[in-house]
This record gives sequence, C-alpha cells and structure tokens, in this order.
Amino acid sequence: MTVTVAQQEAPAPRIAFRMTWHRSNLVPYVLISPALVCLVTFSVLSIFVAAVVSLTNLDIGGLADHSQVRFIGLHNYQTMFGDPAFWEALGNTAFFVVLGVPTLVIGSLAIAIALNYSRSRVFRALRAFYFVPAITAIVAISLIWGNLYNSQFGLLNWLLSLVGMGPVEWLTDPTIAKFSVALVAIWRGSGLDIIIFLAALQAIPQEYYEAAAVDGAGEWNKIFRITVPLMRFAIFFVTVTTLISWMQFFDEPYVLTQGGPVHATTSMSLYIYQQGFRYNEFGFASAASIVLFAIIALVTLIQIRVRQSDAS
Amino acid sequence: MRARAGTPIIGLLLAAGAVLTAFPFFWMLTTSLKPLGESYTYPPTVIPSAVTLESYKALFTHFDFGRYLVNTVIVVLIGFVGMFFVAMAGYAFAKFRFRGKDPLFLLVLSTLMVPVQVTMIPSYLILNSLQLTNTLVGIALPTLVSAFNIFLFRQFMTTLPDELLEAARLDGAGELRILWSIVLPLSKPILAVGGVLTFITGWNSFIWPLIIANDQQNYTLSVGISLLNKQLAINPPLQMAGASLMVVPIVIVFVIFQRYIVQGFTMSGLR
Repeated sequence: MTVTVAQQEAPAPRIAFRMTWHRSNLVPYVLISPALVCLVTFSVLSIFVAAVVSLTNLDIGGLADHSQVRFIGLHNYQTMFGDPAFWEALGNTAFFVVLGVPTLVIGSLAIAIALNYSRSRVFRALRAFYFVPAITAIVAISLIWGNLYNSQFGLLNWLLSLVGMGPVEWLTDPTIAKFSVALVAIWRGSGLDIIIFLAALQAIPQEYYEAAAVDGAGEWNKIFRITVPLMRFAIFFVTVTTLISWMQFFDEPYVLTQGGPVHATTSMSLYIYQQGFRYNEFGFASAASIVLFAIIALVTLIQIRVRQSDAS
Repeated sequence: MRARAGTPIIGLLLAAGAVLTAFPFFWMLTTSLKPLGESYTYPPTVIPSAVTLESYKALFTHFDFGRYLVNTVIVVLIGFVGMFFVAMAGYAFAKFRFRGKDPLFLLVLSTLMVPVQVTMIPSYLILNSLQLTNTLVGIALPTLVSAFNIFLFRQFMTTLPDELLEAARLDGAGELRILWSIVLPLSKPILAVGGVLTFITGWNSFIWPLIIANDQQNYTLSVGISLLNKQLAINPPLQMAGASLMVVPIVIVFVIFQRYIVQGFTMSGLR
C-alpha cells in the first residue's frame, strides 16, 4: 500500500496511516536503541577493541597514561606462541572439552531418556533434583565440592577409606586435579542439557512408539531406532552449546584450584583472566582472547558444516 | 496405560542419581550448621551433633556479607531495567516496520555468538574509559541486555493482536503508554520467563563483579564467597554458610517458578 493510493481513494484512513507512518519513523528506533547500544558496545565493539588492543603494549601504566601506549604489531602474538603456559592452557582446555563434552551429552541424554520413560508422578518429582545444579551459582557449587574434596577432613576420602582405599589428592595432584575440576563442571552442567533433551523427547509423537511396539520392537530398539535418530537436532544443538561453554571453562578452576597445581587446571579463559587482571597485561591478554574467539568460531563453523552435509 | 517394563528399576536408578545430585546441597546445609570444631573431626559427621547459627552470624559480623547481599540485590534490580529495554526492543522488532529492521535484528542475534570470556578485557577497558569500573552499574552493564531475551520477547509479542494496538493509537495513546498499559500486561507469560532468567543471571553473576569491583564496597555475594576460599585457615562451616546464602534463595525461586524456568531453558535450547 502506498500513500498516493490512500490519498485518492480514502481520505479518512489516510490520516491514520500517515500518523502511524510518522510515528514509526522514529518510535521503533527509540525503542530499540537502549538495548542495541548495550549489546553492540559489549559484544561487537568489544571484539574490535580487543583486536586493536592486542596490537599494543597496553598495561596498567598505559591505562593511566595513554602516551605510553604503542603499537607493537604482532609482538604479543609472537610472545604468546612462545609461552609454554599458553600451550599448556590450550592443551588443558582441549582436555576439558574432550573429557567433558561427550560425557555430558551422552550422560544427559541417557538421564533424559530415563526421566521420560514413565509419566508417573514419581518420575516428574525426580526431574527437579536433576535441574537444580543448573541454576545454582557455580561459585557456591565449587566451594561445596572443594569441601568434599578436601584431603584432610573431606568426605570423599573418608568414604574411600571405608572401602579400604588410601586418600586421594583430589585437588593437589596435577593429573587428578584435572578430573576433579571437570567432574564438578559435569555435575553442574548436566541440568541444562537434561532440560533441553527432555523438551525434545516430549515432542516425539507417541504414535511412533506404539507402531514400533506393534511391530514387536524392544525397549532398546525403540531408543536406538526411534528416539536417538529423531533427537538429532537436539543432540547437535546440545553438543554445540556444551562445546562452546567448555571452551570458555572458567569458574570451577578459578574457585577450586586457581588454575593450579602448577598450571594443571589453567584453562584458556583463566589464562586470559590471569594475564589481564593479575599481571595487568591488557594487550597480551587481548591477543589471547582473540585467539580463543577464533578457535571457538572455527569449531562452531566446522560443526555447522558437518551438520549441513549430514542433513543433505 | 500399563507401566512399561523395567520402570521400577529405572525409577530406582534415577532416585539414586537424584540423591547423588542433591547430596552436595545437603552437605552444604548440614556443614553450615556445625560448630567449627566439629567440621574438622575425622571421620566427618554427616548430621551435626550440635546445631549452631554462628557461621551465618559471622558472615554478617566478621565479614561484610550484609553489604554484599544488598549489592547483589541492586545488581539484580538493574538487570530488571535491562529487561525493560529488552521488552522495548522486542516490541519494536515485533510490531513496527522500519528501515534496517532485518539487518538490525540479525545484528542482535549475531551477538549471541560472542563468548563472554572474549569480551572480558575489552569490556573492562570500555567501562574504564566510561569511568564505570568499581560501580554496581558497571557490574550490571555487560550483561544488562540479553540478545536471546530480545528474541524471546519478539517471538511472543508478534502474537499480540494488531487491532488492539491500532485502536489504542486512534484513541490517542502515546507509544510508551501503549507499551506500558497494553503490551506489557498482555505479555505476562514471557515476562515471567524473562524475569526469572534475569534474576538467576544477576544473582549468580560472577565474572563481571570479579573484574569490575575492585574494592569491598562493591563486592557481590559471589565474589564474597569466592574469597572465603582464600582465607588462610579454611573454615568449612563459614564457607558453607556463604554458599547456602547464595543457593537457598535460588532454590526457593526454582520451587516457585519451576515451570517458567524449564520453559525458558527449553526455549533457549530450541532457538
């Protein structure tokens, strides 16, 4: 519809139309601007700032006195690639991802299928237990687990001693600490994945199962022939989001081990945080964050590609 | 319908898993009520022999958790202002036609792909240049507006009847008034979902208060309790009292609003 048509044929609606048009000229922009300014500042603009800062020697001194800030080209990246701690953080992140993501996706899927197995009141009540870790503060959760892990008076070592096993250095042995920290994150992360899987499970039409039952399919057959194939999108989605969140792994090692013992649990995010806010090397830390961003973007892109070729 | 084969066994396994999941929280509560001496005893006691609220008292007297609590509540409240911005934007994207609408909406969605940890340094620098570091507003700003919530609100508001809005306009109602007295009241279901998610995000937020708050005055509960882990002498009842202070309100919110939380997470899963 155009204004000219309205002018010729119906004078009264013309006014109304013009009014809304005038309003809609500015009003929607006014409505979206606060939200958009916030979003753009702290995400899009942020990446540009990080990219620029990563080419400078900005540190705490430079923050106070801008004249000290210099462009130093790719120097930060060179230093970083020569820093064994960077490679260790990258390796640790890879370890966490490889351990955590499959465990979480498969474990959450299994629990969701089990929770969906019966519609009885008992099963419904049980769900809430599995959801709660997802909404509680990671800091609080880490603190609780730190207590259970404590090597002197912790509950876990006492339980082990009951079955005749010696004490385990949960957070002080470099190798075991990696598993301990990951276990907390798995326990905490399962809630969200289970919620998403349950929603997808409930969307599967019951008729499929009834038809399969008529054909004499057993329970395992139903799960692997009907449920899992129909859940492919949900599984894909959960894998991508879980992967991204594990590449950003931060809170648990920060609270439980501060990245130790001797960097054993320092993830990429923690490495960036330490470089930025412990040593105040903002330029260097920005370079590390650009590398992390590139890795996350790349992995996500590969997954979407795989998914597309898989679907076609 | 007849119960499926194996239901009791699966039920038992799930119940065992539920106990394992709930146990750390149970441990948190019982330890927080133990006298300090008992928390070090070996073997550890699961049920405290004597119950005391000393640790909770200490949080508010020896430490400044009263202030941290107030700060956390303020950060949550600022988050609700952000939700109002989200509702405005969702309304505009749902009910207006304007130049650049589609690219702008795409821009909103694209910000979903930017991970928080990547933006932590630049956001700190941006807030620093706005002189907002070490303020509660600064803590709330980076997560003030959730792109995903804009998407949720837009989806919901698209279903509101146009005729109603047009009628209000013909009656001479201003756009803000339409938003406030027609659109928002009709959007209660999505406001509930958004509100609960906003509360959880603000309450639990850790990395931004950690980075932005430099002095004790502006600490939130999450930063406060993370510091309890860095005390020279570990005090388990105190730590667990701090954890309870953070966890119990969230669990209460969960029990009351479970439906909305699950709905919100489900929608976030199917975006």
